[in-house]
Amino acid sequence: MKKEAVTTLLEVSDLSITFTQYISGLRQRTIRAIINLSVNINHGEVLAIVGASGSGKSLLAHAILGILPGNACVDGKMVYAGELLTPARQAALRGREIALIPQSVNFLDPLMRVGAQVRSGIFNGNSTALQREIFDRYHLAVGTEQLFPFQLSGGMARRVLVATAAVGSARLIIADEPTPGLHPMIVRETLAHLRELSATGSAVMLITHDISAALETADRIAVFYAGTTVETAPASDFCGDGELLRHPYSKALWQALPQNGFQPIDGSQPSIDNLPCGCLFAPRCSLASRDCLTTVPELRSLRGGETRCHHAA
Amino acid sequence: MPLKADNVSFRYRSRSWILRNLNLTILPGEIVGLTGPSGCGKTTLARLLAGFERPEAGAVLLDGQSLSVSGYCPVQLVSQHPEQAVNPRWRIRDTLCEGYVPDEALLSGLGIKNEWLKRWPNELSAGELQRFCVARALGHGTRFLLADEMTTMLDAVTQAQIWQVVLKVADERKIGILITSHDEQLIKRICHRSINLTPCL
Repeated sequence: MKKEAVTTLLEVSDLSITFTQYISGLRQRTIRAIINLSVNINHGEVLAIVGASGSGKSLLAHAILGILPGNACVDGKMVYAGELLTPARQAALRGREIALIPQSVNFLDPLMRVGAQVRSGIFNGNSTALQREIFDRYHLAVGTEQLFPFQLSGGMARRVLVATAAVGSARLIIADEPTPGLHPMIVRETLAHLRELSATGSAVMLITHDISAALETADRIAVFYAGTTVETAPASDFCGDGELLRHPYSKALWQALPQNGFQPIDGSQPSIDNLPCGCLFAPRCSLASRDCLTTVPELRSLRGGETRCHHAA
Repeated sequence: MPLKADNVSFRYRSRSWILRNLNLTILPGEIVGLTGPSGCGKTTLARLLAGFERPEAGAVLLDGQSLSVSGYCPVQLVSQHPEQAVNPRWRIRDTLCEGYVPDEALLSGLGIKNEWLKRWPNELSAGELQRFCVARALGHGTRFLLADEMTTMLDAVTQAQIWQVVLKVADERKIGILITSHDEQLIKRICHRSINLTPCL
């Protein structure tokens, strides 16, 4: 227990995020986007977060950084390096100790030369020298620093984004879908960079729906469904028919991959304004019993991982 | 009755060539994969085949004739950015039913919920929107489907779900499909053959 307290960098427990929306006139409603989500990440570890589209993966990243929109209400506890993560603490840490590699290359400032953008993330030392060093590390030619984002290819822009996060001394790097629709070569390169960052002691949270990419890079994998974690498992459990996995949704995800059967399950993720009252996966689950329809399963430890299922053994 | 790109060359404005003397034939019922590095012209080729762009030289032919510019186009494109492929000022039901009215079985097969129909596009996730784009493209007049990174933004379960429906419809109606993807495993799984596009120099 003591040892764990030393190595855990970020611990998120029972996080819930609700949004307040106006429906008509002054009538409001609240929708729950993330419910009782728990996840932790250790020093020097790559944790991949995979799961259904729209299951709240990016919201978690934004919640950790404290950059959710104004109508969001966050509940639960986030502890970073032994300290409670309050809005003030988040503001002090983000961009310095906690860095984001955003989902889209549109996050680069279109009117600013990329060299200057990377330098803006450096707070100590000779920023020009550090920026040149990191450009060199990511195979960005010397002249690249003078270019504007529109002059870069997709792969180069990706590398600039990674450089922006890696150049500071961030201890937690959150990569939000860094590789969608990219050529396998660039994907492998980006993932290798993330792996390299974790080797220097930083923790990397890799948000993706590309399970093969996650397996190649991550130590542990957290599976999200409808705004909650249904399972956290060592990457090595994703093998064979998925018999080592704990939750039926993780198994379904694994068996739906083109290389493992390509077998879908019926239905779709419940919409956030109409959630089932028991287990969120129950309406699509072949194991669902009466218990599953009425009581929400607690997150429990199982075989070196965690799961939220009444039937898992 | 194939869809044919006959010696097609294309470039945007006066920039360098994207496609040069390209030949490609897709037969009805055939599923063809298209791979290649980013920026090599995969999307451009799909847009040419669907009639969104005109080739600078060569021709796109369906049954030996060029595509008609009016009426329901028998060659339908599903784009990789669904949020850019629907009218943001139309409720999604209107977009869905613009070309034809899809039946219930198709919609439920694609996992589309009834309550989604009256929403605006910005109230749906990319994955949800893409299901509508797929349903819209499978009209009765569709003979060829161009799937440009159609399921890249989706999780594996949804991807398998959508492909199962599309492949079944394609098999019943002998629709030819061109699949653009970076996912080698997906191409290997569902395509009869695949073509690797190399960038023009």
